[in-house]
Amino acid sequence: MSSILFNVVVQGILTGLVYGLMALGLSVIFGVVRVVNFAHGEFAVIAMYAAYLLFSALRLDPLIAMLPIALGFFGIGYALQRLLINPFIGRPAHEQFILLVGVAIIIVNGLLMIFGPDARPTNLSYAFDSFAIGPLFIDKVRTYAAIAALAVTGLLFAFFRYTHTGTAIRACADNLVGAAVVGLDVKRLYALTFGIGLACVGAAGTLMVTIADATPALGPAYTLLAFTIVIIGGLGSMAGALIGGILIGVSEACAGFLITPSMKSMFSFALLIAVLAFRPEGLLGKRT
Amino acid sequence: MHGRVLIAMLLAALIATPAFADRYVISVLILVFYFAYVGQAWNLMMGFTGQLSLGHSLYVGLGAYVAAGLWLHAGIGPWLGVFAAIAVAAAVGSVTGWLSWRFGIEGVYFALLTIAFAEFTRIGFDHIDMLGAAGGLFLPVNAEEAGQWWNLRGGPLLFYYLALALVAGATLAVAWLRRSRLGYQWVAVREDSEAARALGVDVFRAKMIAMLISSGMTAVGGVFYAFYHRNLFPGQVFEMGRSIELILAPIVGGLGTVFGPIIGAFILTPLGEALIAATERSGFNAPGTKAVFYGAALIAIIYLVPSGVWPWIARRLGFSEHRQ
Repeated sequence: MSSILFNVVVQGILTGLVYGLMALGLSVIFGVVRVVNFAHGEFAVIAMYAAYLLFSALRLDPLIAMLPIALGFFGIGYALQRLLINPFIGRPAHEQFILLVGVAIIIVNGLLMIFGPDARPTNLSYAFDSFAIGPLFIDKVRTYAAIAALAVTGLLFAFFRYTHTGTAIRACADNLVGAAVVGLDVKRLYALTFGIGLACVGAAGTLMVTIADATPALGPAYTLLAFTIVIIGGLGSMAGALIGGILIGVSEACAGFLITPSMKSMFSFALLIAVLAFRPEGLLGKRT
Repeated sequence: MHGRVLIAMLLAALIATPAFADRYVISVLILVFYFAYVGQAWNLMMGFTGQLSLGHSLYVGLGAYVAAGLWLHAGIGPWLGVFAAIAVAAAVGSVTGWLSWRFGIEGVYFALLTIAFAEFTRIGFDHIDMLGAAGGLFLPVNAEEAGQWWNLRGGPLLFYYLALALVAGATLAVAWLRRSRLGYQWVAVREDSEAARALGVDVFRAKMIAMLISSGMTAVGGVFYAFYHRNLFPGQVFEMGRSIELILAPIVGGLGTVFGPIIGAFILTPLGEALIAATERSGFNAPGTKAVFYGAALIAIIYLVPSGVWPWIARRLGFSEHRQ
């Protein structure tokens, strides 16, 4: 029993790292642009379909497909911010909300029109292989996905920490007026940030294909998942998104194993309500 | 003054409509009234008090399930059950409000908390066997009950006039509330809660009252929903899509105005129906086509008239109902 539970926890951590990467995109966008991307999960599902298409047409492994998809998503995010979202910066939250809900509705139903409601599986040749470490049996796909998610996250941390552009973006988040005063091109930096946020989602969505089958209905569910993670970890905190992702991954896996799989997200929401009530800024967040 | 004449004429026209409209038009109008009604309830929270709730499907669902459950298991009719529905929804609403506002949760965080409560409840109801769980709760249709209007059994006309009465009543109530002392406190909280507090407004109390009235009113809409549709599924009633659907009319019509939710419902519902009809006629039968247009329409409206359609119309007609 205890070794099975240990297995479940490890699986949860691995899944949680992919969740964390997805939530990271949301957190970066909110932390800098101050816009809550209500279409976040829907973008993840677009990436899942892209990975599915690349795999079924070109036999491209999602671990490789991740790179072109993330790059494409960066472009989409950049354009989206420049053309659609920029006029809404500084407008009331509910107006931004309606705008992005409109985008989300179009994505979900557009996918439904193109692909239909059925789930599209990506059958990798190593889908059922696992590593055996002592009493542990770990899925190969999950391990690779988690390592890839960690790598992308590490890259992102390094970008924000060490590059000039990354520092400039952090400056916009910390003090917008100050950033504008020293001559930073805020509009361009916002578009870059949105692009980076969507690149995270693109990468995470591609990896998700190894864990779940693509279907349009996943969109709203993933949006909620990303929100839950980001709030638990702290909106705008990068490390928080990762820790929140792991927490949710483990809580889902344990609830699914110990109680019943259909109740698993109830525990995530209970966790969210508890965090909001006792530490609304999130585990690692700063109070704004 | 000519505003009141116009409203009276509109109301008279709507009362007379069933005399010459067919069943389809009646069913669309029932939907319009339903969304106008719940829109009024939501508008009290967001439009007047400035608290963005994205989980109002919670109160629709609670109202629907409480009334339907009492009817099925205890034989208590909806006219009595509605009071229980209001009480349960208002109690849950006050817990949500208390948890949020006691701990200073505002804005985006409050919105997300309301979603979390609705989702939590949705999954919970998926596992309540007494209320049909995920398989759904059905209100059986018996021949001998037909025409028992006191049990909300009847044809479309019954529901048409009931929905019309709900909208008219809610609009009167909102118009009165807006001019009451409480209404001015709400607007003060919305505009600047710190300044309101400095002027001696009990901000927490004002928000809590808004939440109680709004959730209770929404629950009445839920009772209507349950007895009109006669089937309930947690995945449909509590879903986030329902919460979003319900807030669109007031946002499109004009937040914080008395007539905004009505105008918004009269624009959006027929628009959606027309899109269904158009896609059916064109023979292009892909699910989701209607919703894609709907999403595009939303983006266009919020882009072009962000403060809503009604203030824009009202200015042109020379009415003075701007956002207080």
